[in-house]
Amino acid sequence: MMRSVALRKAHNHLMTALMFAATAAVLIPLGLIFIHIMKMGFSSLSFDFFTQIPKPTGESGGGMANGMMGSFIMIGMASLIGLPVGIFGAIYLAEYGEGRTSTAIRFSADVLSGTPSIITGMVAYTLIVVPMKGFSALAGSVALAMIMIPIVLRTTEEQLKMVPGSLREASLALGVPLWRTSLKVTLRSALSGVMTGILLAIARVAGETAPLLFTALGNQFWGKSLSQPMAAIPLQIFNFAIAPYEDWHRLAWAGALVLVTVMFSLSLTARYFGRSRH
Amino acid sequence: MLAEMTKESLPAIRKFGWRFVTDSEWDAVQGIFGALPYLYGSVVSSVLALLLATPLSIGAALFITEICPKRWGSIIAPLVELLAAIPSVIYGLWGVLVMAPWLQSTVEPFLIDHFGFLPFFQGAPYGVSMLAAVFILMIMVVPIITSITREVLLAVPLSQKEAAIALGATRWETIKVAILPYGKSGILGAAILGLGRAVGETMAVTMVIGNAPKISASLLSPAYTMPSVIANEFAETTSKLHASALMEIGLILLVVTLVINALARLLIWSVSQSAGGGVS
Amino acid sequence: MNNSKVHLEGLNIHFGKTHAVKDISINFPENSVTAIIGPSGCGKSTLLRSINRMHDLVPSARVTGRIMLDNGDIYAKGVDPVSIRRRVGMVFQKPNPFPAMTIYDNVVAGYKLNSRMVRSEADEIVETSLKRVALWDEVKDRLKTNAMNLSGGQQQRLCIARTIAVKPEVILMDEPASALDPLSTLKIEELIEELKERYTIIIVTHNMQQAARVSDYTAFLYIGELIECGETKKIFTTPEQKQTEDYITGRFG
Repeated sequence: MMRSVALRKAHNHLMTALMFAATAAVLIPLGLIFIHIMKMGFSSLSFDFFTQIPKPTGESGGGMANGMMGSFIMIGMASLIGLPVGIFGAIYLAEYGEGRTSTAIRFSADVLSGTPSIITGMVAYTLIVVPMKGFSALAGSVALAMIMIPIVLRTTEEQLKMVPGSLREASLALGVPLWRTSLKVTLRSALSGVMTGILLAIARVAGETAPLLFTALGNQFWGKSLSQPMAAIPLQIFNFAIAPYEDWHRLAWAGALVLVTVMFSLSLTARYFGRSRH
Repeated sequence: MLAEMTKESLPAIRKFGWRFVTDSEWDAVQGIFGALPYLYGSVVSSVLALLLATPLSIGAALFITEICPKRWGSIIAPLVELLAAIPSVIYGLWGVLVMAPWLQSTVEPFLIDHFGFLPFFQGAPYGVSMLAAVFILMIMVVPIITSITREVLLAVPLSQKEAAIALGATRWETIKVAILPYGKSGILGAAILGLGRAVGETMAVTMVIGNAPKISASLLSPAYTMPSVIANEFAETTSKLHASALMEIGLILLVVTLVINALARLLIWSVSQSAGGGVS
Repeated sequence: MNNSKVHLEGLNIHFGKTHAVKDISINFPENSVTAIIGPSGCGKSTLLRSINRMHDLVPSARVTGRIMLDNGDIYAKGVDPVSIRRRVGMVFQKPNPFPAMTIYDNVVAGYKLNSRMVRSEADEIVETSLKRVALWDEVKDRLKTNAMNLSGGQQQRLCIARTIAVKPEVILMDEPASALDPLSTLKIEELIEELKERYTIIIVTHNMQQAARVSDYTAFLYIGELIECGETKKIFTTPEQKQTEDYITGRFG
């Protein structure tokens, strides 16, 4: 009737081994991907890469300079749109209590953050591309902004909530109006945490491809204006990767390397900000 | 912001009566739109990926929280989260240039040779296929499930573990008896959240699935998912109807994703309310 | 050495640099109740937990000295802690039944781990264990309901039932009634009186009156050291050490 202790121990060891294997299986793709990016990407990096636009098919060389500029511009614009909305929304949520509007804001933010990014792209299409009758960098920026807003909103709200009430009260007691208090006092003390959230949102948005597919569309050349299609790094990676040309593949890897490096540095900086809090 | 949701419904209204989501033919030129292949592709790829990913994630999460020394755990956990931050397009890049060729040259022939009698493994090895999509989705979804499962596991009170250990349980038995039952709903929530992510995944899947609107039992044949068809065709729609049809697919995708996410959130939230009453 | 069921010899427990238990030697005679008393933080729980090797879970813990169960040192090389814990059970301060299980399943939880469960045997064990903790009448109609529906006192008795279901030889109790209301506490104390016929009980308590009521022997610990140990009657009426007397009379603690 007694189950032998040895059997139970063996069972224990077996399961432990399985769990170890699972962990290894989870980490191996990470290693593989990084190795490949490093290996293939490095070899394609060159000065040209950073300064030239892609060459026509058949010619070797070229770079992703237009993509880098495009990404930079669109992320910048997305931030211009998204950051204020997110931050002010968060201030509203944190300071002005619970009401119908607050629930609505929270709900919308949740919905927004849960939508697949391609759908966000479709919405931006409906909102911008259709009325403008064309693809544009503006549309791309709006799409990216819609992805940024919930992230910035949530992290900023959390940070604001962490500011001790005594600070707020001190300011209010001095006769400073609520909106001013929120802006100057509360926000300032939560600043480093908010910065972390912003940087993380930017890092996340830098890698997004799907929403740009039918908003900014992508461009073989330098984008000349905001109401024209514009290139972006992730878009180019996509297009190069699925093309049949070896050259383009190499560019794609290099682009991936650059993208990953940028995202990684942004995240590290964000964490650094998050750490130096008092 | 609430406006986003309503704006999305607008195009759906434009679709005027496309109930033919049970149809399989999708011919943009002729104006025939049946979305079944895409539904099938999305469902099969996501569900399979989830089935494969969940045990791996749970195993890894258990390992990190219960078995390995804290020092290693605090290195491995951020690494897993790093996996979650990699953009979809980079997974796709690796998938189409590295994994798919490997599948085509190594894994698929192996499967055909040894398991070809099963309908799942018939057909020529393409590389880009349902199988590739399942794999890549699995890799992408594991980090999410693992992270959340880890949090759920960490929330199991020490008293539960001690109760089991004091009864003379081995480590695995403690996990089986005290820890897993406690975190059951949270882990389920994590898995469903992973499902939600898998369904909405666009870039990586588009790059490795082959983009062929066929319904086939074989995992080796190319397939098509809802986000992929939108990604591929939306920029160049040939007619108002075409655009509407794609919008409708988008709507289905949105609704499905939202429902899945809401369900997941409910489950995870219920864990934080703790599984059980208190002491009087 | 003698008829003691558990015998501590030169026990020292360190947590990293902290020396929590200093060179303690005690006898715990068979089928008796020994109370370990002392002010908070004096190392009572630490001492108790070493007897079923719970400190194995704490990486910074270091246990030296000998703990003899019958005639074997439980910390000897090659001894499997799992087998020790079958013989030495533990009841915790806060009742911790498994929330995902019914009352029935809770009682047999430990038993299931150790033996292939035969339905009839399990039924018998549940009934016996619950009767021994005076819970049977209260729950016999709802064995298959969730354990968390019980009151605190009932839950604790359930935990005790769970512990005795694996037929241990020693039962360790870490302040078993401190989280309970006075009525439940009384019931638990009565229970301890009955349990000692079958088991050797070692109980940690910060409640001196409880110790006086319930135990045959008492050990008084202060900052990790054993100040005095002996028959309860003697300790509480004519203690030998001044520190003991001070603690008993409430001068500190």
